[in-house]
Amino acid sequence: MSIKGKAYVMGAFEHPLRDAPDTSTAQLHAECAQGALADAGLSHLDIDGYFCAGDAPGFGGMSMVDYMGLRNVRHLDSTETGGSSYIVHVGHAAQAIAAGKCSVALITLAGRPRHGGNRPGGAGRGPAAGGGLSDGAPEAGFENIYGGSTHNTYGMCAMRHMYEYGTTSEQLAWIKVAASHHAQWNPHAFLKDVVTVEQVVNSRMISDPLHLLDCCVVTDGGGALIVTSPEVARTLHRPKVRVIGAGEAPKAPLGGLDLDLTHSGAVWSGPRAFEEAGVTPSDIKYASIYDSFTITVLMQLEDLGFCAKGQGGRFVSDGNLISGVGKLPFNTDGGGLCNNHPTNRGGITKVIEAVRQLRGEAHPKVQVADCDLAIAHGTGGSLGTRHAAATVILEREG
Amino acid sequence: MSEAQEKMTRPIPPPAVSIETKPFWDAAAEGRFLIGRCNACGKAYWYPRAICPHCFSGDTVLEESPGEGVVYTYSVLRRSPTGPYAIGYVTLNEGPSVLTNFVDVTPDGLAIGLKVKVRFQPTEGGPPVPVFAPA
Repeated sequence: MSIKGKAYVMGAFEHPLRDAPDTSTAQLHAECAQGALADAGLSHLDIDGYFCAGDAPGFGGMSMVDYMGLRNVRHLDSTETGGSSYIVHVGHAAQAIAAGKCSVALITLAGRPRHGGNRPGGAGRGPAAGGGLSDGAPEAGFENIYGGSTHNTYGMCAMRHMYEYGTTSEQLAWIKVAASHHAQWNPHAFLKDVVTVEQVVNSRMISDPLHLLDCCVVTDGGGALIVTSPEVARTLHRPKVRVIGAGEAPKAPLGGLDLDLTHSGAVWSGPRAFEEAGVTPSDIKYASIYDSFTITVLMQLEDLGFCAKGQGGRFVSDGNLISGVGKLPFNTDGGGLCNNHPTNRGGITKVIEAVRQLRGEAHPKVQVADCDLAIAHGTGGSLGTRHAAATVILEREG
Repeated sequence: MSEAQEKMTRPIPPPAVSIETKPFWDAAAEGRFLIGRCNACGKAYWYPRAICPHCFSGDTVLEESPGEGVVYTYSVLRRSPTGPYAIGYVTLNEGPSVLTNFVDVTPDGLAIGLKVKVRFQPTEGGPPVPVFAPA
């Protein structure tokens, strides 16, 4: 398997400016994209893969996808290796195209060191530009000032979901209750006490309509994964967990028309992963679902197709997510709601517990019988502004 | 809870102003609220930027808006060093939705669908920023 002959460079553009006092870094990126697209004879709507490095302002590629209105992106790569990043990106783009993960990849670079522009590799809040001006994430001036936190931006999603679909705090509470039932068997869990629906809805309000117990834990820690070729896997003495499908998708306001905070990027990443795997949600035996907040789980379960949009509240009620009780055992380690949310990034622990389940190595009290097919899904960023969704489908082999 | 029913205000820090968004903030200093509009596709957008996020044209303008719309959603953060405050989105009559703080309203006075209108709140050392209050 090689990338040889699997991908073509069909557009190239070098920005004519060498001194850009009047053009922001974000705008330079976009103008470069416009030039390369015009050269290739393609539209921004054709772009389904976006590659950028640390010079791109904002959070990974998400801010620039939003700024440029790239609404069809299904592959994101923000690999940062300094000045060689863009050559790395060509290789990665060829791999993604060869694998069918995208068909038109955009790679951009831009910056304004002569005007105090954002320094590559920073968090998007670089040093002030000349004249008291800044040059960071393009949305920063219009969003960061309003005191957005994870609590209140996810609260906005829950509020709208309740308004549109009649979802209740009691229904959301069932998600925490299920996680707590699982966490009681995990000796490492940050919170081990089983809680009730009443305890969740009577915990203090953090940010309407989310209560304290609707929120995940804050923990130190970490995790790691080893992904190997089939040849290496065959030489190792561990149960084989095969990756059979993956999908990803950013979601952003894209100019703010038709804003819909009741769904996540999972509506795109999920179907791509299921299609590649050749399975459906009803085939899944165990689900790891990112649980920064209870509403996060509910929205993603709907978006992934475990139930219809708006039916998530009913779906999660009455213990339906509790292993041995309900139809869809989820986050049997206790999840981010009870067990662990290392450095506020829950994606890796989602994969780790899915691997435990597929190996038959979850705690006996929560191990799903004959668990041969699992999903691990998460969102990064904020469901209330811009985020990226990612889905993997994993299968036990043999 | 009586304290939760006081009208909310929130000190807002000065915004990050870039060379691209300076015209928006200069207008804000004059009390004018501008939104993005594309000459190529005709659609309005938020937040303001030089490139149209709908059709990717660079032929864009800032146009003055009355800043009227309805609350799309909101959330009240109950505890902060300066007291409870409300963040949310307003769907402007022109179409785009805008992230903002709601001011001069009690937590119970907020509701999805409530008609609101822009006003400008001063910041320390920066231009005034758009916030929304019941119309």
